[in-house]
Amino acid sequence: MSEQLEEGPVTLAEAPVRRLNMIEAINEALDIMMERDDTVVAFGEDVGYFGGVFRATAGLQKKYGKARVFDTPINECAIIGAAVGMAAYGLRPVPEIQFADYIYPGYDQLVSEAARLRYRSAGEFTAPITVRSPFGGGIFGGQTHSQSPEALFTHVAGLKVVIPSTPHDAKGLLIAAIEDNDPVIFFEPKRIYNGPFGGYYDKPVEPWARHPASQVPEGYYSIPLGKAKVVQGGEALTVLAYGTMIHVASAVCAEKGVDAEIIDLRTLVPLDVETVQKSVEKTGKCLIVHEATRTGGYGAELSALVQEHCFYHLEKPIERVTGFDTPYPHSLEWAYFPGPVRIGEAIDRLLKD
Amino acid sequence: MGQGPDAGGDRRGNLPPLSLHVPEPPFRPGDPVDYSFLDIPPAGAAPRPDETCDPQETAPLCTGMIRVLDDDHRAVGPWDPRLDSETLRRMLRVMALTRAFDDRMYRGQRQGKTSFYMKCTGEEATSVASAFALDHDDMVFPSYRQQGILIARGYPIQEMINQIYSNRADKLKGRQLPIMYSSREHNFFTISGNLATQYPQAVGWAMASAIRGDTRIASAWIGEGSSAEGDAHAAFTFATVFNAPVVLNIVNNQWAISSFSGFAGAERATFASRATGYGIAGLRVDGNDALAVYAAARWAANRARANKGPTLIEHFTYRAEGHSTSDDPSQYRSAQEREEWPLGDPIMRLKRHLVAMGEWSVEAHRAMDAELVEQVKQATKEAEKNGVLGHGLHHPFHTMFEDVFEELPWHLQEQADQAMRERRIKWPDWKES
Repeated sequence: MSEQLEEGPVTLAEAPVRRLNMIEAINEALDIMMERDDTVVAFGEDVGYFGGVFRATAGLQKKYGKARVFDTPINECAIIGAAVGMAAYGLRPVPEIQFADYIYPGYDQLVSEAARLRYRSAGEFTAPITVRSPFGGGIFGGQTHSQSPEALFTHVAGLKVVIPSTPHDAKGLLIAAIEDNDPVIFFEPKRIYNGPFGGYYDKPVEPWARHPASQVPEGYYSIPLGKAKVVQGGEALTVLAYGTMIHVASAVCAEKGVDAEIIDLRTLVPLDVETVQKSVEKTGKCLIVHEATRTGGYGAELSALVQEHCFYHLEKPIERVTGFDTPYPHSLEWAYFPGPVRIGEAIDRLLKD
Repeated sequence: MGQGPDAGGDRRGNLPPLSLHVPEPPFRPGDPVDYSFLDIPPAGAAPRPDETCDPQETAPLCTGMIRVLDDDHRAVGPWDPRLDSETLRRMLRVMALTRAFDDRMYRGQRQGKTSFYMKCTGEEATSVASAFALDHDDMVFPSYRQQGILIARGYPIQEMINQIYSNRADKLKGRQLPIMYSSREHNFFTISGNLATQYPQAVGWAMASAIRGDTRIASAWIGEGSSAEGDAHAAFTFATVFNAPVVLNIVNNQWAISSFSGFAGAERATFASRATGYGIAGLRVDGNDALAVYAAARWAANRARANKGPTLIEHFTYRAEGHSTSDDPSQYRSAQEREEWPLGDPIMRLKRHLVAMGEWSVEAHRAMDAELVEQVKQATKEAEKNGVLGHGLHHPFHTMFEDVFEELPWHLQEQADQAMRERRIKWPDWKES
């Protein structure tokens, strides 16, 4: 088994390993949880018979029946609102919001309801809901199919936010999210559904099959929420990223021959601040990368935390590489995307004497 | 600043200028009130279709009004639920207790024992009679004016007062605004201050019951004002698409704080008639007639339990008091409205019905009222032993940080430590109780 598979409580240590893309891994996680727990239900726009526009729920309705996997009207408020009611009943709903850009009509139900049930009822009612939603750009989706709204959710008391970057992690994290007794926003970086994307849009797409983290064990395993992963150890600088940007940052560091320590945060709330602190104290330099807009982004929170926890170890100002504070433009998508040039420049600034 | 609106401009041809309609209520402060424009059909006139009927058959019931108690206080017509007098007396008692409770809590707020209170005066039947028509294990998703349901289900009023005072015995640990109760044991969903959010949740709960092959149904309440929220339409759509076993109540009490029902669409159509467009069964009921409310709720509950899907019930009633203790209705509506309201007072009407049946008396009612006032007084006294708002007897400090998540994450632990530190700086001798 490769190194990537050795961390985390893999309960089926000897399980056969296959190469899956991220969609297949997510589908398998849903399948396993629906099999293990008959209170798990999945629903959303085009989720049922068709199996989702990205095929994440393919085959599940046939296997588990229409009462547990079904299509819904195009109404995100009701999709989330109904999930809250189902959770109050005792189910473990896994609604899909077709694109993260469509989540806003359901925002009040997430922020004022799902996130608050446990607190306002002093534990009488809870919302063990996992909202799955493809997010991020790089697919020519224009401004309504490309957004990264994670900071709108990390800011909310009572929500957990999880973002996987590989098929292996997607499966284990989704299983953990579904098992979690708090509401979890599970953002799936759709640019890397089919292959890790290094940021070079003009090069052919590399399939997951060549990436070690496409090796996914069969059966059940979970990766605990709130634990980051050191994707690659290094001494020169620390890169904090998640989702697609893990692969872009890795590609840039490899190309530049930089001995970077790359940390995949995986869970933004609760954050694994210990792993972050340990790394920055070692390298003294910190690069934060996310695709979302800059102002008030999650990078700002990371930057503040690194400053609070590692100030006396920092040798250079923290660098933040992000999307621009504009809507995601269609024709100029790659000018918006925080790609190799923007990341490379930041690395150069950090490593300059 | 950008360009302003294009005033003047070139009018095309001789088309008349458009004008915006902004609804205006019929009466403002000082105006004489005449409700003769209201179409109030006589009691007993509305037909009662079978509970399993096609939703379209209820269309006439969405514009008419189901009424059972007539002017002589008799129960008449096909909607008479024929309840035994013992049940009617219990219903009357719960409604009277709800009113006595409201009166006491309102005064408590004025005396500074808490920050806020909301009465349901005049609307007691819409909650209490509905609750009597449901089974105890049916789930209710209330708005903030359904305290009558909690009382009908036997929740101790002392616990309600603890919640209102946010004191150290408050089961919700002082986290919620007064009256935002929650009781899982009484199948009473935690109340939200965000309006109508409970509507799609009730539909979801009902869908879950159907998914699991259960027999329990859900019932939800919103006001006519919040029926304008997107959540209401989200709920109607999901309810009809999935044929959810749910009762969706709209309590049309004519006023949403200072906005009359016209701002939710009442100038154009009844609230019940929205059901027709969604293919949902709809009933419009005299909300001050406890028997009519019971009958409508029972019809809808039986329909849902027979797997025939949702029903929308509009309760036509009147908010006799202000929206809350923070409101002064004399600033925006005529004081005469309450006196002239043509559907009377729900408690008085049920009382007179029982008296007319020979099952109750004015003396018995007076004695009951005195007993209820005493009951509320005693509960208040007991609750006050655990403190009132702002007098120090609250839940332990650390509880502020609990229940945000199932487990306390590091960042909340850090903040909890900070809160303790701040406390000790301000009061060096302070010890967490």
